[in-house]
Amino acid sequence: MNFQHQHAAHCESGVISSLMRQNGVPMSESLAFGLSAGLAFAYLPFIKLSGLPLIAYRALPRAIIKGLIAPLAARFRFETFRTPLAGQQRLDALLASGQIVGLQTSVYWLPYFPPDMRFHFNAHNLVVYGKDGDDYLVSDPVFEEPQRCASADLSRARFAKGALAPKGLLYYPTSIGRKSVTPQAVCDAIRKNCRAMLAPVPIAGVRGMRLLANKVQALPAGSPQSAAFIGHIVRMQEEIGTGGAGFRFIYAAFLQEAALLAQRPSLSQFSERLTAIGDAWRALALKAARMVKGREPLDPPAIADLLRKQAVQEEAFFRDLKIAVR
Amino acid sequence: MDIHSVPQEGNATLGGHRKAMYARDADGRMVIAPSRGWEVEEIVTTHAVETLQALAATARERVRAGLASPLEYWMYERRMDTALLAQTSGFWQWRVKRHLRPEIFARLSAAQLERYAHALGLSPDTIRHLP
Repeated sequence: MNFQHQHAAHCESGVISSLMRQNGVPMSESLAFGLSAGLAFAYLPFIKLSGLPLIAYRALPRAIIKGLIAPLAARFRFETFRTPLAGQQRLDALLASGQIVGLQTSVYWLPYFPPDMRFHFNAHNLVVYGKDGDDYLVSDPVFEEPQRCASADLSRARFAKGALAPKGLLYYPTSIGRKSVTPQAVCDAIRKNCRAMLAPVPIAGVRGMRLLANKVQALPAGSPQSAAFIGHIVRMQEEIGTGGAGFRFIYAAFLQEAALLAQRPSLSQFSERLTAIGDAWRALALKAARMVKGREPLDPPAIADLLRKQAVQEEAFFRDLKIAVR
Repeated sequence: MDIHSVPQEGNATLGGHRKAMYARDADGRMVIAPSRGWEVEEIVTTHAVETLQALAATARERVRAGLASPLEYWMYERRMDTALLAQTSGFWQWRVKRHLRPEIFARLSAAQLERYAHALGLSPDTIRHLP
């Protein structure tokens, strides 16, 4: 099978752009991310990962895939399975018919991940493009090169339990109505993303940032749990997926493409502005990491303050962006 | 981020892999640049791993002291907690918690041990003892 692996910053946008390219749609990772309005912020205290709340800097799992349905007039098939055996048989049958398939998996059970990165995180995405003996040929977009994975390991990863359990989810496009992106679709996607970031719900968008800031503000300065919590904010930001700064940079790349596709040169300036916001997220991560490491005293209110500044910046950014694509 | 400031600090937790980052090149275009890692990521990932390892180390002492069953050690060694072990093994969480007591763990049937062993991705013999 002729398959081209490409390194990407984020698993879901990497997988879906890969599936699109394989089906004849010229699509970069950043275009897939932007078209599906993938940028987000959500603070979800009721979903716990190892006892800490889920903090998402991008849309929830599957949103990027589903976000492409409307702009491309595409249809996808999503299948989950009751048993690992059924899941594996279906995957094998699809591969045998020449279909390249996207999978949702846990990170922990994938042996090709470096040991320090193997956490019980269930919303990873990868492409399987073939099978060689007992090994699946895996295009994991966050790796530079294609990987191999034994069938027993992949099965475990697909059927891991816990928060966001994948239940063996596999997906592939069944039809794509439009193979190019219209200016209208680009503007619609940007408007949709502005709405999501400015949503009037307390846990999402810029309001979610403020809620998280209040939570951080209240952390006791001396406690190791506070350090764990602050480290967790950064880890969700920079490690699992690529995090807050990384996602802002991906969206900045999308805005450059959007300026051309939608014939709106002003979007290039928004790209630069968002890059600066991403840099500020990195500065926040640096400060938090120094506190976690004990190089400067743990100061939750200082982190809360930086989070509020990010909220102010992003609120203004998305208000202006909304006007620019009106 | 400027392409020259893409961190290449050799984050050990990446295990020698490079991750893709978006950065601005000389012409102002956002492009993908591979990164050997950033110290910040290394600090927070190492911190998270060490937190999990500390749980396993504490459990090991508790098992030695007869306060906990080996299951408690292996659960943390596999970076799980009782909630995740319950979901993975199919036991109710209150039963998992009971099975962390040494005297109750010792009475588990071979089939029950097998369920835990499968959930942890280990052999039943392994989880009966500390390594």
